[in-house]
Amino acid sequence: MTDIAFFYAFAALTVLGAILTVTLRNAIHCAIALIASLAGIAGLYLLQKAEFLFVVQIMLYIGGVMVLFLFVIMLVNLDGAAKERQYHRHWLAAVACLIGTGAIFAAFLHRGAGSLKLESPLPVVPGAGNVETLSMVLFREYLVPFEVASLLLLVAVVGGVMMAKKRID
Amino acid sequence: MSVFYTATDHFVLLPALLLALFGCATLLFDFWVFPDPKQRRWLLMFLVLGELFAAVAYWRQFDFLSSHGGELTAFNGALVVDHYSLFFHSIFLVTTLIVGLMSYRYMEVRDEHHGEYYGLLMLAQTGMFFLASGYELVTIFIGLETMAVTFYVLVGFLRSDKRSNEAALKYLLLGGLSSGFLAYGFSLLYGLAGSTKLVDIGRMAASRDANDPILLMALGTTAVGLLFKISAAPFHMWAPDAYEGAPTAITAFLAVGSKAASFALLLRLMVGPLGAARVAWEPILVAAAVLSIIIGNLAAVTQTNTKRLLAYSGINHAGYILLGIVAGNPTGIKGVLIYLLVYTFMTLGAFAVLIALTRKGLAGEDINDLNGLMKKAPGYGIAMLIFLVSLAGIPPTGGFFGKYYIFLSLIETGHYSLAVFAALFVAVSVYYYFRLIRAVFVDTEEQETPALSTSFGLKVGLGITGVMTLVLGMYPEPFLRLAQLSISR
Repeated sequence: MTDIAFFYAFAALTVLGAILTVTLRNAIHCAIALIASLAGIAGLYLLQKAEFLFVVQIMLYIGGVMVLFLFVIMLVNLDGAAKERQYHRHWLAAVACLIGTGAIFAAFLHRGAGSLKLESPLPVVPGAGNVETLSMVLFREYLVPFEVASLLLLVAVVGGVMMAKKRID
Repeated sequence: MSVFYTATDHFVLLPALLLALFGCATLLFDFWVFPDPKQRRWLLMFLVLGELFAAVAYWRQFDFLSSHGGELTAFNGALVVDHYSLFFHSIFLVTTLIVGLMSYRYMEVRDEHHGEYYGLLMLAQTGMFFLASGYELVTIFIGLETMAVTFYVLVGFLRSDKRSNEAALKYLLLGGLSSGFLAYGFSLLYGLAGSTKLVDIGRMAASRDANDPILLMALGTTAVGLLFKISAAPFHMWAPDAYEGAPTAITAFLAVGSKAASFALLLRLMVGPLGAARVAWEPILVAAAVLSIIIGNLAAVTQTNTKRLLAYSGINHAGYILLGIVAGNPTGIKGVLIYLLVYTFMTLGAFAVLIALTRKGLAGEDINDLNGLMKKAPGYGIAMLIFLVSLAGIPPTGGFFGKYYIFLSLIETGHYSLAVFAALFVAVSVYYYFRLIRAVFVDTEEQETPALSTSFGLKVGLGITGVMTLVLGMYPEPFLRLAQLSISR
């Protein structure tokens, strides 16, 4: 029972934070709303007994990534951008799409709830902690995607630098 | 070699390893060994060398499969090599090679020639490897994202061109949204099967009622994510803008490589593990195919920008290929493979001609820029004629055989109304392809047009694509045998 209460609390925090991140005008406020959203996800990880992900989420995302975000926001003058007109003309259509898609998903989930018996995930290695189990899965079962993910990050970094660097003529 | 990285694992992964290593080495060599802009040609040579190595690795896999038969799985079933995946790997290899060759002059002309370009081409191909060979959802998803992120960068490569920036941003935002849908579908499939392996997912799909709402939702969201990548309507909105803004060589890469890779995955998923749930996905694919053929054809008629026109024509071709998956019998799958092979060559070729038309200060993207091509440069004119006739699906070119097998499979499986509908719209497509052909033959009024910007690599690419388009139309037997081999288990 408390689990369910906690789940809804964290889920609400996540969704509200995400909504505020895209709707607030001030970039600093957006970043802080994003922190709330990420903290909500961390809470969800904890409810799933994924302690390692919980710690990593807080240290890397809230600690590392967000501090970098705030640095960039403070270094780049965004006052002008906040005053600029934003493209909100289609928000009615957007809300209609959101409600429509949400209704379809909800209907499917509701109708399928009876047959929804999720399979149990990989058996937990007895005696091993969360981190050990995770590392076993990550470096054995999912070794290839783990290594390809590093390639993905490399491409993203190279691409980011390519786009951002000044032209040298 | 250990239990977790066996000799088989190495043998299967080797082409991807080579491509990734050559790609990373190109990034390094760019500033380390060849810092002078004049030395960029060595990076292109390096790309050719990397593709050569990968080709040898693929050939060894092909040789092994031919003598031992069946398929090779590696990494506990995360990767698989069979004739099907090798068929697609060779398409990716040829595509990357030709795109690399025809980029050289174009990027010089557009003043954005950087060494990273060639590295990113190879890294995109590495991503495609995991789309065709991945047999496990996480591997497939990461491969797809590697390919997609590389394309976001490559589409925006012309940094001083506002259209290129806009195209990259649009593609990034919509691509991110579609990846979200795909991840949602994959997570539902994982939840239902309790495993990310396609083998287990196939078992799950076979044991469940095909009209199960949750399975339907998983299928629907997965299909949305993949239909976006193949630019099928109604998820095609990004294509015309991204195709128009991207550097023309990348437009070709996007139109051929990205589409073929996503089709490789779509076909493997739908016919393989999710084949049991055919009643659930067939209406989705039929709707997407019909819409793609209607929208692609009707919108292409009014275009004046050749790149946009080819974008809509690509949407139309995606519709025809989807019909082959809908038919789903061996003829249909063979048709999809042959169609994709022909599509690769004819589309690459058509874009190669457009690249030759791009000169300093002249985009060469308007239909009128084709005017008088036959008189000015008969070689390019004839090549363009071959590609356009093939795109329209008229014999004796390869495009005819692609459409022929699709129609044949539709009739074999009793989809008569779909076959008639698809055949009717071929007539519409003939109209706008002939608009382009007319432009090639028409005489120009203005006398002074600068010479075509061409290069050795572009000519090689044009030669290969032109000859292959014709060969596939006149002597398709070896390729049909190859396609037949790919679908036999």
